Amino acid sequence: MPRVALTVNGKAVTAEVEGRTLLVQLLRENLGLTGTHVGCDTSQCGACTVHVNGRSVKSCTMLAVQAASSAVTTIEGLANGTELHPMQEAFREHHGLQCGFCTPGMVMSAIDLARHNPEADETQVREWLEGNLCRCTGYHNIVKAILAGIKAMLGNAPRGKSAKSRGTSS
Amino acid sequence: MTHQPNPTGIGAALKRKEDPRFLRGKGRYTDDINLPGQSYAYFLRSAYAHARIKKIDTRAAKKARGVVAVYTSADTAKLGGLPCGWLIHSKDGSPMKEGKHPVLAEGKVRHVGDPVAVIIAETLAQARDAAELVEIDFAELPAVVDMAKAQNKGAAAVHDVAPDNVCYDWELGDKAAVDAAFATAAHVTRLELTNNRLAANPIEPRAAIGDYSSATGEHTLYTTSQNPHVIRLLMGAFVLQIPEHKIRVIAPDVGGGFGSKIYHYAEEALVTWAAAQLERPVKWTSDRSEAFLSDAQGRDHKTVVELALDKDGKFLALRESTLANMGAYLSTFASVIPTWLHGTLLAGQYTTPAIYCNVKAIYTSTVAVDAYRGAGRPEATFLLERVIDLAALETGRDPVELRRLNFIQPHQFPYQTPVALVYDSGNYQATMDQALKAADYAGFEKRRQAAKARGKLRGIGVASYIEACGIAPSNVAGALGARAGLYEAATVRVNPTGSVSVMTGSHSHGQGHETTFAQVVSDKLGIAFDQVEIVHGDTAKIPFGMGTYGSRSIAVGGSAIVKAMDKIIAKGKKIAAHMLEAAEGDMTFENGAFKVAGTDRQKSFGEVAFSAYVPHKYPLDTVEPGLEETAFYDPKNFTFPAGTYICEVEIDPDTGAVEIVAFHAADDFGNIINPMIVEGQVHGGLAQGIGQALFEHCVYDDAGQLVSGSFMDYCMPRADNLPSFNVATSVTVCTHNPLGVKGCGEAGAIGSPPAVINAIVNALKDYGVTHIEMPATPQKIWRAIRSAKKK
Ligand code: FES
Ligand code: FES
Repeated sequence: MPRVALTVNGKAVTAEVEGRTLLVQLLRENLGLTGTHVGCDTSQCGACTVHVNGRSVKSCTMLAVQAASSAVTTIEGLANGTELHPMQEAFREHHGLQCGFCTPGMVMSAIDLARHNPEADETQVREWLEGNLCRCTGYHNIVKAILAGIKAMLGNAPRGKSAKSRGTSS
Repeated sequence: MTHQPNPTGIGAALKRKEDPRFLRGKGRYTDDINLPGQSYAYFLRSAYAHARIKKIDTRAAKKARGVVAVYTSADTAKLGGLPCGWLIHSKDGSPMKEGKHPVLAEGKVRHVGDPVAVIIAETLAQARDAAELVEIDFAELPAVVDMAKAQNKGAAAVHDVAPDNVCYDWELGDKAAVDAAFATAAHVTRLELTNNRLAANPIEPRAAIGDYSSATGEHTLYTTSQNPHVIRLLMGAFVLQIPEHKIRVIAPDVGGGFGSKIYHYAEEALVTWAAAQLERPVKWTSDRSEAFLSDAQGRDHKTVVELALDKDGKFLALRESTLANMGAYLSTFASVIPTWLHGTLLAGQYTTPAIYCNVKAIYTSTVAVDAYRGAGRPEATFLLERVIDLAALETGRDPVELRRLNFIQPHQFPYQTPVALVYDSGNYQATMDQALKAADYAGFEKRRQAAKARGKLRGIGVASYIEACGIAPSNVAGALGARAGLYEAATVRVNPTGSVSVMTGSHSHGQGHETTFAQVVSDKLGIAFDQVEIVHGDTAKIPFGMGTYGSRSIAVGGSAIVKAMDKIIAKGKKIAAHMLEAAEGDMTFENGAFKVAGTDRQKSFGEVAFSAYVPHKYPLDTVEPGLEETAFYDPKNFTFPAGTYICEVEIDPDTGAVEIVAFHAADDFGNIINPMIVEGQVHGGLAQGIGQALFEHCVYDDAGQLVSGSFMDYCMPRADNLPSFNVATSVTVCTHNPLGVKGCGEAGAIGSPPAVINAIVNALKDYGVTHIEMPATPQKIWRAIRSAKKK
């Protein structure tokens, strides 16, 4: 079986996987990082979103072997000890989650948006979330949380660099 | 008595206790659990909607690499069928016709997705690969898809017990009185409509892990369930014949349910059974395609409704006749949804004196249909609020005024409807006024003109809903055919240091009970919010429970907790009286302290708790040590949340595309424990209701294939399909439960579909359009506009 070596949440890991193993399976089954979820089999729901080299990727659409030598960040890698990432904090503050199942994907996707378009308005946030389904919240509070989370990320560092510095390593 | 406001008590918009674990990816959902030595189950499902199984050959599969076992009905036929929990009687008095629902198909398959065999292997990939080697010889039979045709002579029968595919033919109401009222009516409005079939689609797919200990004979099932005790009861007593004390069911974090995770499913029973056969854990996780073919679906009614009005617009009578699709098998609560959870809601918020409802439940070669958020009540609300709007259109009345004219008035409560319910409280005018004001209803005409200038058709739609929830008084439910009680249980355990653990039979799968229930405890016992832990979802930890559905958690589950706390306080008074050398009758409890009335002598809650566990100076002759109480609460009545929703849309006449430009909800949920959580519940319900109105539809072709069986084909509402919502509440208190609460989980999904469709029809009024079926896709709207233009 092929052997892949990559960095996950800042730690070097290696694993033996079948060629058909998906990145999400590597994370959940080999590495026990069960915060990344699987909600569909057609790459529609976004529950599996992680960062690969700093960009959001649906980890159900990528083979584990394709992630070789990459830096992967999952929901487990965001908080700084007991301190939540500002985007996580914003979801809590604005009740942007109910059952929590879509949440890791939403948060990972939102952080990428902050990096990508720190000026995003409500319409742009809604459009960005096209690839993330939530069945619980009606998106209302997720959108509020993301707008606030982007602000908070910008507030933590000089404008322009902020999103990147509070995003995940790339 | 002075009651100091408690910042973590009832009414505070506290942040949720459960959020940090979910936000850190530390939730523990069923598929996150892996047991040592576990094997993986893959279900081989029928690709045919209706076929006889002539032969199954599993020999090659059994020999495949990694395969542990392959089971078919030859192995499982001795197991019981999956039971239905509610017996409905037809109008001729005969009981509903129940065909067996086997865990693996016996002799024939009845819908695409019906499980035929289960392959268990060391890895999921091996199980999947081996499934390809199972050879099944099917003889295809004609599929039964259309509910009207299903009853025709010569149509294939899904179950031999129901040769005409009619499961029951049920009625409610005074037919003679209704017919008489129609005979004298000044105006009759008639409408045929469809309530489209939906998939619940919680984002977490179902999963189940069976485990067995030969040392203790104990079976453990981890499952994505809204009601673990119900699963234990149904699976143990009916399917596997295992005594309940040998079964533990754990429903850990569950990623949404919306009804679809109430029911006892074949996969749960099979992994539990197989784990015992193999003496090793067996894990199954559904993928999304499988969910579309195996999770119970919702709605699917075909209805004719008629409303009789007098010359002033007063409603005289309502008559409804519905075909309700049961799918191929009777799911756990399927039979009660179109009957007692539907017909009884037909009075709505109105004084209609005579109502008659006839519902025929039909078996078809499709996935089973059962409760989905709202369950029966959205169907009732949709037909009622649509026919009222059409009546307003036909008689030239404002739809708001027509509703107002017929509202039950505040002084009329308690109000006995002609369809078996007694509404305890409400103020329908108040919620309607709140919604009208928020929506600036009076200013709509200006907005319509402005939209017209931009080439857009703007419409406004109003819908006033009522729901019966807080399910249910057991004696009433029993008289109506329930095969179970519908109370709730709770244990309140005060620990020696004064912290409190609450074991509740309600189950949280997004509702935030760990927060709201802790607020109730903090409020009543006057202790800190972070000193309260809510435990749920494990039959080994919880005394008993009927679970979470029908917006019942706070009204029934919360009331059970209050009852248990009352017992704690009563016992605490005895202990405190002894400690303070006072008479028990002089003791009061407020703000977390036991006091001798009229003095400043008191003992804190923590001191009393400590004394209960370290009973040195303690009335041991009359009071037992310890401070833990269990209560069962059986509701005295249903609760009746109600409100008015107003939707405003703009339609592009060239494409038929609809944009919801504003949505206003005004609800009366009785007292509110946590307004932030309540708003979130309304938002989620609205999205699902708007999804039904505009996007979602389980479409079956004539051969019984589900053609919208993936997220590529089934249109889930996305963030950019929806607006931000404007949500408000007002309060009339529920008169019969200790918290005065009514429940809020389903309202959004009940009131929103008719509000959306009323708005669309209103936008299209210049084209003479009187109805649009759900989902109101751009294509349907474009066609309606085009055919009007042709005329
Ligand atoms: S699981 Fe990856 S998009 Fe749904
Ligand atoms: S919070 Fe449940 S799916 Fe989004």
